[in-house]
Amino acid sequence: MEVLKIATAGSVDDGKSTLIGRLLYDTKSLTDDKVEAIRKSSEQRGYDYLDFSFATDGLVAEREQGITIDVAHIYFSTLNKSYIIADTPGHVEYTRNMVTGASTSQVAIILIDARKGVIEQTYRHFFINNLLRVKDIIVAVNKMDLVEYSEEVFNEIKSDFEALNAVSTYAEQQLTYIPVSALKGDNIVDKTDAMPWYKGDTILGHLEQLEVSDVQDGGQTRFAVQTVIRPKTEEYHDFRGFAGKIKGGKLTVGDKITVLPSLTQSKVKEIYFFDKTYQEAAAGSSVVITLEDEINITRGDMLVKSDELPKIEKQIEATVCWMDNKQLQPGAKYLIQHNTNKVLSKIDGVKHVISTQYGSHQDANNKLALNEIGSVSIKLSKPIFYDSYQDNKANGSFILIDPQTNATAGVGFIH
Amino acid sequence: METVTEETQTKAAISNPSVLEINALESEAIYIFREVVAQFENPVLLFSGGKDSITLVRLAQKAFFPAKIPFPLMHIDTGHNFPETIAFRDKLVKELGVELIVRNVQDSINEGKVVEETGKYASRNMLQTTTLLDAIEEFKFDACIGGARRDEEKARAKERIFSVRDDFGQWDEKNQRPELFDLLNGEIELGQNVRVFPISNWTELDVWSYIEKERIEIPSIYFAHQRNIFVRDGLIWSADDEVVFRAEDELVEEKTVRFRTVGDMSCTAAVLSTADTIEKVVSEIRESKISERGARIDDKRSEAAMEKRKQQGYF
Repeated sequence: MEVLKIATAGSVDDGKSTLIGRLLYDTKSLTDDKVEAIRKSSEQRGYDYLDFSFATDGLVAEREQGITIDVAHIYFSTLNKSYIIADTPGHVEYTRNMVTGASTSQVAIILIDARKGVIEQTYRHFFINNLLRVKDIIVAVNKMDLVEYSEEVFNEIKSDFEALNAVSTYAEQQLTYIPVSALKGDNIVDKTDAMPWYKGDTILGHLEQLEVSDVQDGGQTRFAVQTVIRPKTEEYHDFRGFAGKIKGGKLTVGDKITVLPSLTQSKVKEIYFFDKTYQEAAAGSSVVITLEDEINITRGDMLVKSDELPKIEKQIEATVCWMDNKQLQPGAKYLIQHNTNKVLSKIDGVKHVISTQYGSHQDANNKLALNEIGSVSIKLSKPIFYDSYQDNKANGSFILIDPQTNATAGVGFIH
Repeated sequence: METVTEETQTKAAISNPSVLEINALESEAIYIFREVVAQFENPVLLFSGGKDSITLVRLAQKAFFPAKIPFPLMHIDTGHNFPETIAFRDKLVKELGVELIVRNVQDSINEGKVVEETGKYASRNMLQTTTLLDAIEEFKFDACIGGARRDEEKARAKERIFSVRDDFGQWDEKNQRPELFDLLNGEIELGQNVRVFPISNWTELDVWSYIEKERIEIPSIYFAHQRNIFVRDGLIWSADDEVVFRAEDELVEEKTVRFRTVGDMSCTAAVLSTADTIEKVVSEIRESKISERGARIDDKRSEAAMEKRKQQGYF
């Protein structure tokens, strides 16, 4: 079955947990024992309604503080699709969690409290989804019941949001505005009579008709070798297969390919998936490729079509979201993990911080602190083969690993 | 003319049907397996004989074909396993030609490292952690692949695909590495290890549907059968196995039941069911009103039972 990955962003009071709870409850995805557990927890805390955040806030610390700290993954399905929601906290100190959730999602749901309209946090949520090029954005204007289901309020919020979108550099991003009340269940799964002026889909209705495509499927064909398969059995004595996942485009038997970094050329001989061979495999497939010629290939190498070469450079410019307590500073050394390649790198400079509040540039004094986003130039110890993030998500992104702590310290999107 | 062209195209597609169909979850799991083998020196697959670890074995086969699975399987045996599970395990390992490591909770008890629980709810489930951590140290495993899924339980919903554990096997839930795109950071220090969960994003129904589609063999206790049982706290317990404590006033009756999860006998309850084929099991799961872990007494100990166990080094 098709799997649609969704990220949600919103602050504590926007009713994000209630919305997710609604989706689960109204699609009958919560089993009786789970509803019972939620009822019990809600009662213990003296609430007279079901607090669905108990279904999603899985850690003791989160339940104690009544906030979402970490990304939680929530699963539900309809007859049509499987859904995975990455539920992320919305405050500025959790920017890194939001970026993490958005990195694997095709759809983002941005919640707005109808009473408050577009606020600073909305700017940040939109900016992050814009930066990460999340394809479909649902702007859910929540708590419509508290503004008397007013079409005017909805339209005002819509035009405020459109003003944000006017400066977007991602023209293909699809924005859909839906007026909802998560608490009452209006326009979440079921259509409501309360807003006859709204003719569009419910949130679930909209999700159901979206065409699923892996977030890393766009762009030209890139095949990063994960590992080499050499069975050394009698039957497959000379077999040398290259295992990896196709990112972008597709591979067909007979395709002329170039191996990077050696620039050696060959042709695709076979495409294996388990014990069968295929003529063709599309982006998203984990396969094993054999080549017509014997070429020395190891993990970290990349196969591309010979007429679709990526850039090969030792110096890159990228937008970096910083995720570590230790600040990013010029001169610092980090390990860059780009596809299956690991390269030592040195930070050349931090050009400016991009304020997620307004999407404008601020002074950086050449540093990036936790949850800040900036434009960074990086020198590499050896060349990587990359595309811009805009052209190919998988081949245009990387993580920075602190060689002292091994922590994933940041994520980069190559210009 | 246009119609003719269209027809010709359709025919061409049928005569050449060899375009690989993608199952996104399967493809993701295979990708994860390959990252483990590439990034770690000494991985092991934690095999319990349950449906999730059996699914893992199939995915591992697919990830490395035509080569054999390039790591051993390890079973932490509580000594309270269903006999069907053990028989199944031994048969599978023989067919695959992979190495099986078994470490016993009984040995940890005999060595005085853990103390057997007593009473009505006694279970060896918690005791497994010590045996597991000792085995990781004994074999110097740096990556332990497990079949846990995020949909099982709310603490597991927060779990990473590569989940770093310290020297003591502890999970630091508040300080986890962010996982972006499909970039998995396997850098660790000596003494640390990583728990890897390739089917993190699968639901119970995904697993059962996969078993059905792939025709994967699973132990017979997953299917409906006649069994002597007794009921306690609304859960159905096997009455034929002496490791399950039964009070004298708890009456034994024969019912048609099956097991939805297969763990330690002392903490795994059965469900009433007539589903005796994989197709029937799949449609039963689809209709189910009770979650999978609703029949696991180990999770009922407290709201944070799983989080606490994971902090101590549990699977």
